[in-house]
Amino acid sequence: MNRQKIHTDPIHYNQLTKQVSPPSKLGQGLLRSFWVGGVICVLGQVIADVGTGLLKMSTTDGYCLTAIVLVFLTAVLTGIGVFDKIGQYAGAGSFVPITGFANAMVSPAVEFRREGMVLGLGAKLFTIAGPVLVYGISASVLVGIIYAILYH
Amino acid sequence: MVWQSMWMYLKVFVVGGALCAIGELLCLLTKLTPARILVAYILTGVALSAFGLYGPLVDFAGAGATVPLTGFGHSLCQGVIHGVQERGWIGAFCGGLTATAGGIAAAIFFGTIVALVSKPRMKGR
Amino acid sequence: MATRRLGQQTICLPMKPAICAGAACVGPKEGEGPLGAVFDRVMEDELYGQQSFELAERQMVLDAARMAIQKARFRESDIQFFMGGDLLNQIISASFAARELAVPFIGLYGACSTMSEGLCLGSMLVDGGHADHVLCVASSHFCTAERQYRFPLEYGNQRTPTAQWTVTGAGATLLSLSPRTAPMARITHVCMGRVVDLGVTDANNMGAAMAPAAADTLLSLFEDTRTAPTDYDLIVTGDLGQIGRSLLLKLMLEQGMPLKENACQDCGLLIYEQEQDTHAGGSGCGCSASVLNGYLLPRLQSGELRRIIFMSTGALMSTTSSQQGESIPGVAHAVVLESPVEKGKN
Repeated sequence: MNRQKIHTDPIHYNQLTKQVSPPSKLGQGLLRSFWVGGVICVLGQVIADVGTGLLKMSTTDGYCLTAIVLVFLTAVLTGIGVFDKIGQYAGAGSFVPITGFANAMVSPAVEFRREGMVLGLGAKLFTIAGPVLVYGISASVLVGIIYAILYH
Repeated sequence: MVWQSMWMYLKVFVVGGALCAIGELLCLLTKLTPARILVAYILTGVALSAFGLYGPLVDFAGAGATVPLTGFGHSLCQGVIHGVQERGWIGAFCGGLTATAGGIAAAIFFGTIVALVSKPRMKGR
Repeated sequence: MATRRLGQQTICLPMKPAICAGAACVGPKEGEGPLGAVFDRVMEDELYGQQSFELAERQMVLDAARMAIQKARFRESDIQFFMGGDLLNQIISASFAARELAVPFIGLYGACSTMSEGLCLGSMLVDGGHADHVLCVASSHFCTAERQYRFPLEYGNQRTPTAQWTVTGAGATLLSLSPRTAPMARITHVCMGRVVDLGVTDANNMGAAMAPAAADTLLSLFEDTRTAPTDYDLIVTGDLGQIGRSLLLKLMLEQGMPLKENACQDCGLLIYEQEQDTHAGGSGCGCSASVLNGYLLPRLQSGELRRIIFMSTGALMSTTSSQQGESIPGVAHAVVLESPVEKGKN
């Protein structure tokens, strides 16, 4: 490494980089993610209330309806190219709710459809959202096995 | 009655918003990618739910707790526990996806439909 | 014994190969930028009438190449080497464009440094008497790069303030010793860069990863040619962006070769307006390629610029290396361009 003309060690360079890199706007990011995330959850609650009230569903089915409707709305917004703008604005406010999960599945499907129906659309559907399912399901199965051993 | 539901919606807004803001905080401070944060969220949801800590939050804030991805983990965990209670050990494998099937199936189905009818488009246009 | 070498890295080109013509074809966002009017063609939309973004990028390369050939009053069959590259896997934009041109093809990969890498090699071929006419191209496309390196376009991710925006654009430059039109510029020296890595791992801060390589190549060039920053009207880097440019200025100051703020510009900063929400500036092979061919060459031809250093910079990582936690190596190749207008005239 010493053969290089730049006699700057990585630690010093790291400090230089930090000096010139603009800081992330923490306050603005938190505020935006808070209100957008909050609004999405309130919308979810409205859907659940409609389900349990008007459609006489159980509470569990009401929350299931919430998930389905929010996923549907996200899929449509993703398809018409609006969701990426919401995501750019809100950050975690749109990716932490189930809308983010849906967007992570729909967007690669739209993007890679040109690579074919099977290996493009079909296979790429899970490229971003896959890890969430892998670890979520694995952890829950583990919990189930422990629960079965302890209580049965 | 009106005040009661207004109070409920306020709780939903604050808890849901706070869970998202924590995600944003992690994103900005630790440079963790969204995908990693989502995995962390779902694992946290499963863990909190297994120890019976997430259920009370759902009772308190409704969709404010179920819509964020921690709620997805909670559904998986509760599904597994109910599955084991009703069907024995096989429920450990069947319960989780049964409870969350709505969201997952919807994402796959609507994702496929939308991908068939829409085109990729340039960002910001 | 190689007689045309100066020092460790620089090659002197006594024949001074001429740049006969340059052409640039860019996307609509670049067309709306401050340089919009100088480009030969601005696409109406990112698809450019094609079925996919990859096909659009390929068409851009082909159109830029053909425009350059036409402007220089050559025919396609006159070209003896067609060399270039892009950011896509297996450089499909350049090689598939070469399929249409049917001339000997040299595929290059230097990430975003491809334009000056091509100019270095092409001018050496011409200067050494191995070719009469060489065409160099480089291209990038926001939509193809985004889907290959980052996320699908519809994915709602947030861009960090240090992130750069891949330029949709292609540039083609025709080099020759026997130009049929008035040359736009002449290449007098080339300096091939070393790969430098100071441990930057953030793929959203590529300017910072490339700045040390840019400084290293500049220092070598100055040492080998016994020149100083003041000997050049302008030092133009490829796509360091806001952060990379600041770091380059700091590094050069620390090394005792300070660059003047206004004599050091970056194509990534020239191509977009601040309001275009591109964060730290433009990037991609097409960034320096389109700015060189659309903006810098005409200014050299008119004599407004006498002598400049054009240096594209590349970040040599892949998604695999980044996921495996490796830091990002950078590289920069420099070309010294002189105006064909004689000193004292004008």
